[in-house]
Amino acid sequence: MDVIFFYGALILYVVGTLAYLLLLWIKGGPLSQLGTAATVGGFALHTLALLARLIAAGRPPLGNTYEALSFFAWATVLVYLGLELRFRRKVIGAFVLPIVLLTALAAASVPKGSAVLSPAFRNTWVWLHVTFVLLGSAALALTCGVGLMYLLQERQLKSKSLGVIYYRLPSLDFLDGLGHRALLVGFPLLTAGLITGAIQSQAARGQILMWDPTQLLSLVTWVIYAGLLQARLTAGWRGRKAALLAILGFSAVLATFLGVSVLLGRPHTFN
Amino acid sequence: MVILTVGLNHTTAPVEIRERLHLSGTALPPFFERLVQEGGVNERLVLSTCNRVEVYAVTENPEHAQVTIPRLLAEGTRTPLALFEDRLYWHRHDAAVRHAFRVAASLDSLVLGESQILSQVKAAYEVARAQGVTGPILNTLMTRSLGVAKKVRTETGIGEAAVSIPSAAIGLAKTIFGELSGRTVLILGAGEMAEVAVRHLRGEGVQAVVVAHRHFDRAVEMAAQLEGRAVRFDQIHQELLQADIVLSSTAAPHHIVHRADVEELIRLRRNRPLFLIDIAVPRDIDPAVNEIDNVYLYDIDDLEGVVAGHRLAREREAEQAELLIDREVASFLRWLKSLEVVPTLVMLRRHLEEIREAELAKALSRLPGLTPAQQDVVRTLAHGIINKVLHHPTTELKRQSVNRDGLLYVSALRRLFGLQDDD
Repeated sequence: MDVIFFYGALILYVVGTLAYLLLLWIKGGPLSQLGTAATVGGFALHTLALLARLIAAGRPPLGNTYEALSFFAWATVLVYLGLELRFRRKVIGAFVLPIVLLTALAAASVPKGSAVLSPAFRNTWVWLHVTFVLLGSAALALTCGVGLMYLLQERQLKSKSLGVIYYRLPSLDFLDGLGHRALLVGFPLLTAGLITGAIQSQAARGQILMWDPTQLLSLVTWVIYAGLLQARLTAGWRGRKAALLAILGFSAVLATFLGVSVLLGRPHTFN
Repeated sequence: MVILTVGLNHTTAPVEIRERLHLSGTALPPFFERLVQEGGVNERLVLSTCNRVEVYAVTENPEHAQVTIPRLLAEGTRTPLALFEDRLYWHRHDAAVRHAFRVAASLDSLVLGESQILSQVKAAYEVARAQGVTGPILNTLMTRSLGVAKKVRTETGIGEAAVSIPSAAIGLAKTIFGELSGRTVLILGAGEMAEVAVRHLRGEGVQAVVVAHRHFDRAVEMAAQLEGRAVRFDQIHQELLQADIVLSSTAAPHHIVHRADVEELIRLRRNRPLFLIDIAVPRDIDPAVNEIDNVYLYDIDDLEGVVAGHRLAREREAEQAELLIDREVASFLRWLKSLEVVPTLVMLRRHLEEIREAELAKALSRLPGLTPAQQDVVRTLAHGIINKVLHHPTTELKRQSVNRDGLLYVSALRRLFGLQDDD
């Protein structure tokens, strides 16, 4: 049942993403309404999917790769819809929804059974670990999308040839500020995720570092974001360099996430 | 019933003629009156702006109106007809509708996509309606024109890109800083362009204006005019630390701001963005400054380039707008057609006869014993009822249709009987 809801959400996300992307070139009332309607509809179905699984499995839907990817996509849509409501800038959707769509597609491509649960999930810390990491990643997905927008808009201004996209993108100030605020939310969540992960690892296996690729990559990710935050807060870094680093950081998140869990076929299973 | 537009605009007539034909205020009521008396016009409206003078009319006799309107225009403005007669353009029916939509949507404007025309059309309509000289057709045409104009504005980007140098510069500043309220602008040197730009910037809420000039008294003078603060030229590096926007137009024969200065500056500013506008020729600021992160330098050619690009962008958007207008014209013409009396009467008769046929067939099938003669009586009865019922409404509708309110009868009839076009 929950998988049907999920596929429904996936289809609506495809529609929403296409609509938002088209809005970069075409200015249109109906198209813009379609983008929001499809995304809100997708989000509603996605929420149902998560709830259905929660009820059916009797535990939070965060127990395997499919559930993790799905929850991350859901949280990212939540963050985006909040922003759309607050700022009415649908162009952000063109840069965040593709990330959602790719993760949802990745989720669709992995096994979706909820029967087998790693023994590690008997420990409370692991639920916290997964929740923090995924919520933090959703906020960091936003810093990446916004960073990309910043780079595009900055390119337009520096090159002095203003294309269609110049008129659609928000101001540099807005983008930089939004990226910064998303980082201020995402980084503490990510940090909390890593700490709870370490506690869980210590509790389950008696050592913090297992030297598995996921752990290593997430440390790299953390170092990138810590560096970015440090540079922003103390050295006054902003603009292009900050945007580049935010994109690099999120690439590391994706590598941790998709690379290790999906491509290598060696899920980070805590056992 | 024909919609007719006659007028001239900035492309057909020079300003000397346009200003002579300007029609407004107290000149309007007698003009409207004579349009009815002598022009045989049912509904009328005058749109008179600095770029156009146009008369919109609804008439039964367009040939007559076409001769009378220019004569009345000439007499109403005391301008010899010969002076402007060959500069007039004429639009009839669908062309007139399209013209009205294009004008309101600013596709016919001197500056494509400018927004003033919308309020001018609205005002012209309000004046005409207040004097009771419009009717159902022009009311709908004008309401639709305003609606189409708004739609064009929201669904295309025709009004978005700035097409003058100061507004282009402000657009760029807003793209860098978001809101401009509370920002500081530093003026280096003097010049009309700088003053115009500052006035624009003030309108956007720019808070502090600082003026520096080689001659301090000039700086003081200009600062007083712009309600700003004057500083000595040797203090500009201090001011450059604070400013967000710098407008440079000094008469210096060489660069006064160098790349190394700005690199140092941006470090001290902790990367706070800086927008430099160099409108001096020869240029005041080393172009290489633009390569520094968080610094944006535009010289006068760059700004001209932006404006030219914006014009092109508006033209591209105008193509979209024309498509939108095509659809709206078609929709308006469908509405107009629905107001024609004869087709409505034909439809009404067909509608009633369909009912008659159906009811007759039902009745006759329940009366199998009737002789052919008796069946004829029943048929004649049904036929007679339809004719009697239709007689009075038909003559009344034809009589009313020549009046201004006649269209209301037609549309009421259509609604009451649920009559709809087949096509």
